[in-house]
Amino acid sequence: MSEKVLMKGNEAIAEAALRAGCLHYFGYPITPQTELTAYMAKRLPKTEGGVFLQAESEISAINMVYGVASTGKRVMTSSSSPGVSLKQEGISYLAGSDLPAVIVNVQRGGPGLGGIQPSQSDYFQATKGGGHGDYHLIVLTPSSVQEMADLTSLAFDLADKYRTPAMLLADGTMGQMMEPVELPEPHTSAVDKPWAVTGTQMKRKHNIINSLYLSPEVLEKTNFERYERYAAIERDEVRYESYMMDDAEYCIVAFGIAARVAKNAITAMRKEGMKVGLLRPITVWPFPKDAVHEAAQKVKGFVSVELSMGQMIEDVRLAENCLRPVVLCNRAGGMIPGVDQIVEVTKALMTSVEGGAR
Amino acid sequence: MKRVTLFCGHYGSGKTNIAVNYALALRERGLDVALADLDIVNPYFRSKDSTPELERAGVKVISLPFANSSVDLPALPSQAYSLVQDRSRYAVLDIGGDDRGAYALGRFVPYLLEEDDFEMLYVVNFYRPLTTTVQEALDVMHEIEGACGLSFTGIVNNSNLGAETTAQTVLATSGKAQELCRATGLPLFATTAEKSVAQEGMVPIALQKRPFEA
Repeated sequence: MSEKVLMKGNEAIAEAALRAGCLHYFGYPITPQTELTAYMAKRLPKTEGGVFLQAESEISAINMVYGVASTGKRVMTSSSSPGVSLKQEGISYLAGSDLPAVIVNVQRGGPGLGGIQPSQSDYFQATKGGGHGDYHLIVLTPSSVQEMADLTSLAFDLADKYRTPAMLLADGTMGQMMEPVELPEPHTSAVDKPWAVTGTQMKRKHNIINSLYLSPEVLEKTNFERYERYAAIERDEVRYESYMMDDAEYCIVAFGIAARVAKNAITAMRKEGMKVGLLRPITVWPFPKDAVHEAAQKVKGFVSVELSMGQMIEDVRLAENCLRPVVLCNRAGGMIPGVDQIVEVTKALMTSVEGGAR
Repeated sequence: MKRVTLFCGHYGSGKTNIAVNYALALRERGLDVALADLDIVNPYFRSKDSTPELERAGVKVISLPFANSSVDLPALPSQAYSLVQDRSRYAVLDIGGDDRGAYALGRFVPYLLEEDDFEMLYVVNFYRPLTTTVQEALDVMHEIEGACGLSFTGIVNNSNLGAETTAQTVLATSGKAQELCRATGLPLFATTAEKSVAQEGMVPIALQKRPFEA
């Protein structure tokens, strides 16, 4: 680890990408992720062999990502919600061609143009597809500027390891806030990419990067093979933080900025003698199903805290399998749930579960 | 002391905090002060966030018509001209980050040069990734000067690591600050530090509150 610097979340992603050997970035500025694009614009032209290109649109940026990823080089694009919607076709093509790449979404309120304040309302889009066809992205959700850097590094490594696009799902607060960061040491891919289009030197059969299979039997086979890789990811790459869960009677599930507010709410509730803990998914795909399922065996109920109209709550319910009540504590449109709101919703859940004992 | 004080620097260097503190300090001396938020780059953390505190203290606040409205429009307030044209009052200008932000200053330059009673201060945080070395800090300085057409007159060393800042954090950068002063021939206007960690020789500053932080 190197010396600490003070960074905005957006800058931390950019610098971590550079240190992960990502020398190709294509993007289009949009608030609240623009500092990432601006940082790459400043730094990449000064690197050996690096390319920064402000594309004419998000659609062209994601297709430039497809091109570079085909050659086996590490590559990234970033945007905020409306721009990530534009990228969905390209993301599906990346998945269909088994190309590793990193896509950053610094979410803002929606739908439509929405606003520029933070949101988590692209959870469905990130975890359930977004583009067409059977595919998943590995989706990582940072909760600090340090994690913006660390999870960017990890996203590149996982993308290469499993030949899949990976997404960093952040939000406007994570992108804009400044915190001290220890930047990851420079490293490059540990994975060979014999599939990459790098020129045959007349020594091997040429590689083809493609997502078009007109034979349904062959297309089916690629889907089944891809889902074997997804099964391995679900088995080996689930990440979450368990906070004060040892004696917890109620469990808050929250990621990103919502998890930070939830921790403050837990501190407040613990002072009042309420045993509340937090499960913080760090990967939302794969979702930490087992951790939620295990928690359901011992807690009396769940609170899903989200900056959306309630999206992750569906995964919480699937994982706890109707064992316990799950309630939503949310704000939308760029608003952030406060400590008071989380305490109030948790207390209301306690009352309904314990019959007004409190 | 000059009538007009401009704070420029790399974005995230702490210009806004310094400008707010400086305006309040002038007010404490009983001076008539206006502060202008001319940041056309960053729609989030702004001088305008401190408007209630500034106005309570009697500082006049001039900000962009769309500041904090979530409308991401780089439009300058017409009242900003009063800062350069009305010479009866002290003026503090918070300029947006980097050369991009400094373009906003261009239209006021003829007035500033004609009056010739301004200080243009370069705020630097050596813990910011694009200004960690003296050379990088110099590069940003020159980009800003090129964009606005004015030359800096002093340097404010605002090196910090946010909530993890100690006096030692600040002291560790004094060599770089001195080197930057030597390289530019400019005086060190101040070394600033958050008031709970500030030591002798540092100007203590209060931080703006951000609603989502613990």
